[in-house]
Amino acid sequence: MPSAPELAFTRRSLLQGSLAALALGGSAGALAGCGSSDSSSGGGGKTVSIGSNYSDAGVKSAFAAVVADFNKSSGLSAKVNTVDHNTFQNKIQTYLQGTPDDVFSWFAGYRMKFFAAQGLASPIDDVWDKIGDSFPDSIKNAAKADDGHYYFVPLYNYPWVMNYRQSVFDEHGYSVPATWDDLMALCQKMKSDGLTPISFADKDGWPAMGTFDILNMRINGYQFHVDLMAHDESWTDPKVVKVFDTWKELFPYYSSGPNGLTWEEGAQDLQNKKAGMMFQGAGQVGQQFSKENLADLQFFPFPEIDSAYPIDSGIDAPIDGFMMSKKPKNKAGATKFLEYLGTAKAEAAYLASDPTDVGTASDYDQSSYNQLQKDSADIISKTKNIAQFLDRDTRPDFAYPVVQNALQQFINDKDSAAAAKSLEDQAKTIFV
Amino acid sequence: MVAIPLVVDLVFIWGPALATIVLSFTDATGAAPIHWVGTKNYHTLAEVDPSFWPAVRHNAIWLGVFILIATPLGMLFAVLLDRGLQGSRIYQSVIFLPVMLSLALIGIIWQVIYTTNGGLLNTLLGHGDGGGVDFLGDPSINLWAVLVEATWRQAGYVMILYLSGLKAVDLALKESAALDGANGWQTFRYVVFPVLRPVNVVILVVTVIESLRAFDLVYITNQGGIGLQLISAMITQQITGPGNRIGYGSALGVVLLLISLVPIVAFLVQQFRKEDES
Amino acid sequence: MTPRRSIISEVFLILVAALWILPVLWSVYLAFRPLEETNKYGYVSWPRSLTLQNFRDAWTQGSVLHYFVNSLWITIPAVVLTLLLSSALAFVIARLRYRWTLPLLLVFTAGNLLPQQVFLAPLFKIYNSVGLPTWLADSGKLYDSTFGLVVINVAFQLGFCVFVLANFMKTVPASIQEAAIVDGAGIWTQYWRITLPLCRPALAAMATLLTIWIYNDFFWALALISTGDKYPITTALNDLKGQYAVDNNLLAAGALIVAAPTLVVYLVLQRHFIAGLTLGSTKE
Repeated sequence: MPSAPELAFTRRSLLQGSLAALALGGSAGALAGCGSSDSSSGGGGKTVSIGSNYSDAGVKSAFAAVVADFNKSSGLSAKVNTVDHNTFQNKIQTYLQGTPDDVFSWFAGYRMKFFAAQGLASPIDDVWDKIGDSFPDSIKNAAKADDGHYYFVPLYNYPWVMNYRQSVFDEHGYSVPATWDDLMALCQKMKSDGLTPISFADKDGWPAMGTFDILNMRINGYQFHVDLMAHDESWTDPKVVKVFDTWKELFPYYSSGPNGLTWEEGAQDLQNKKAGMMFQGAGQVGQQFSKENLADLQFFPFPEIDSAYPIDSGIDAPIDGFMMSKKPKNKAGATKFLEYLGTAKAEAAYLASDPTDVGTASDYDQSSYNQLQKDSADIISKTKNIAQFLDRDTRPDFAYPVVQNALQQFINDKDSAAAAKSLEDQAKTIFV
Repeated sequence: MVAIPLVVDLVFIWGPALATIVLSFTDATGAAPIHWVGTKNYHTLAEVDPSFWPAVRHNAIWLGVFILIATPLGMLFAVLLDRGLQGSRIYQSVIFLPVMLSLALIGIIWQVIYTTNGGLLNTLLGHGDGGGVDFLGDPSINLWAVLVEATWRQAGYVMILYLSGLKAVDLALKESAALDGANGWQTFRYVVFPVLRPVNVVILVVTVIESLRAFDLVYITNQGGIGLQLISAMITQQITGPGNRIGYGSALGVVLLLISLVPIVAFLVQQFRKEDES
Repeated sequence: MTPRRSIISEVFLILVAALWILPVLWSVYLAFRPLEETNKYGYVSWPRSLTLQNFRDAWTQGSVLHYFVNSLWITIPAVVLTLLLSSALAFVIARLRYRWTLPLLLVFTAGNLLPQQVFLAPLFKIYNSVGLPTWLADSGKLYDSTFGLVVINVAFQLGFCVFVLANFMKTVPASIQEAAIVDGAGIWTQYWRITLPLCRPALAAMATLLTIWIYNDFFWALALISTGDKYPITTALNDLKGQYAVDNNLLAAGALIVAAPTLVVYLVLQRHFIAGLTLGSTKE
């Protein structure tokens, strides 16, 4: 799954990003997506080099605002080395083994721990000594690797939730379901009212991962999710089969032909009141709504299935942030920059141009938030365990195309046992 | 200037083709050190990867449709057009039009016909407001839907190749056959078709190659996902996707290489024979 | 042929042609209709008003011009280079007139018939490890550079071109060349002044064919370019499709805009294109 700014500015192609740049008045930024190859790196002292994958015009200028603010307040000179986000992600190993920048953009989760374990990143416990008070425990946990040290400073995130339109719920007198049985009853009611109860679209291959994650966490808990993603648990475990079996109960209430629908089309069905609900990143759905409809967009956390794992025990809320490379040329400067990033001020500088994601610091000034952002921040702060989304919690070569294909296959033939077996067989060849 | 093409061909075509074979026995990825893994990748694709055998089957179906439907259609169009009926040039231009369009574009033109969201077909079937048949997503039919797109193009291609072959058939030959009382079919079967033998070989090679090369249409439809797995799309997913599984992708590449060599060798043999005759 | 059978053939061809043009006409019809109207009355309905707005929106929202320019920067250098290099090699081969040169060349270039994906893994590695000066490629590498795309397109089309041109040059009577040699013409003059002009029909056909093929190529940019902004229009279509996803009218308009250059070439140069195709396949 691409990160939110990628979604905002690239998934629907880079073009919108270029347009956004034009709209911002920076026509020179229109070609900003072209991977810059400014490879000058600071030789210590005042310069801090930052490897960034915030390559699309909109997020690039948002991040530039953060860096400018840092340079002004610190007296240091941070230099951004922007690389196209796809290249950056595909080349991350080569990059980290070569001559990386002092600080680089990355994601929390398995993909962060992976590099920490390989010694390709520096522990930054000293940074967290300073910024730790600003963050809730869930974020702190997401910033630590398996060795218990901190490696990551978050910038923003957004939750995966059940989105709906308040006006539709009002019109039909629906209420937010608290349990699985409530959800089933609500779906049944929506269906009889002529709505598609749940808009579900998986043509892009990743949205279904969100549903798998939440069902797994509601049925088996956060820890099982983590272990399964690391392949410490087997995919043929009856617990996994149960996730698939439970999922099957939702299919009668899904859009027809989800494998042929893009998630944008799915979100449109929600906006057009053809569908009653949609389980998707709140920020993502928000981007698809027109300005006047955005105020009507609400969400609730996925209902409880097993009382052992209540709704505040875990959700997917992918976090984007930064890490320090293994041998930064300017360690003091890099530390300063990360300390700065770990403040509400830096997050606000970034989010000024992004109305759908939320800051991660507890003391973030939420007065600038719209309702959607307020609710997002609220649910994230109340949830004990934050998962990062399937494709960030496991190996990238396992997520794509293995899980992607297996879930599409499952959506089609609804064969839980076959899906579990296929995933386990392939996991064995990849996790060696 | 003479050496450049040879070097370029060696470095970018045959070199990589051979290197693919070597890489297929490794666990190469984007950067990590490369290890020999023996035939593990081949085991994985044959016994574990759930996409592989469907992909082989889909490639075979693709070939079958091209040989059994697209080629005869193209041949029929060519024979009819060759009779010089009124408006032949217009018909020919229309049927040939898709050959000029990129496959990516063809995929999009057909999407507005197939889509469940107000597509032409679903509207005609009475599902204009959503729902209806998921032609491009439902894995039991999406291959056939895409093959209609592919045939739309391929038939025009075959038609042009046959037309040029037919022009070479001596008119006198046909006339004398008609005088001998041969009907249209007999003339075609015993007089025209044999003369077209070299064209037939070329078309057979083109057909096989095109069905192995099939990629753009499935990629633009669902990235070679469910129902539309093809070997070519699998290779692309593995190598350029986030996993960068270059070793495994190479093993798939070798499979495609070996299959492709069959028609290519056949083509070479035919060309050599032609050289010998001339 | 009896008149009745002739009428049946005629009717059959009219039906086929109608069926064949239908998908394109449907796109045209959609593209000219306002979205509000099709939403209200459905897609199969009489048009109440027609509009160019979809084309305007597709053009600006898709930065179509930008991608067209990218396509030009890839297609024109690639076609010119391919023709130059292949005609030079073809000239040498045709001039030598050894029996084995052409078949050998054929084996050599048969690799071009292989599916593109066969070479992908090593090419991906080569492209990522070959550095280029930044004035040539702003990525600093063959990977993710327009230059790299030109190179691979040239490499991939060379074999076929050399083969066709060499065959064509062999039909040029040796006497013309011999006369030139007697007149004291050097190798360069023989190639540039005498052989190439004689090959004009073949060159025109190949140029048309190559332009269409390279312009239409979807895969190389997809595999070897990572910055979406550098995509040629054909590959960018995949992104445009996502962007227009929920608006069929806009999608149809975008598709027609992208098809426009091909359609122009089609109307003007159809004959050359067909000649090129058949040169390569049925050359006797």
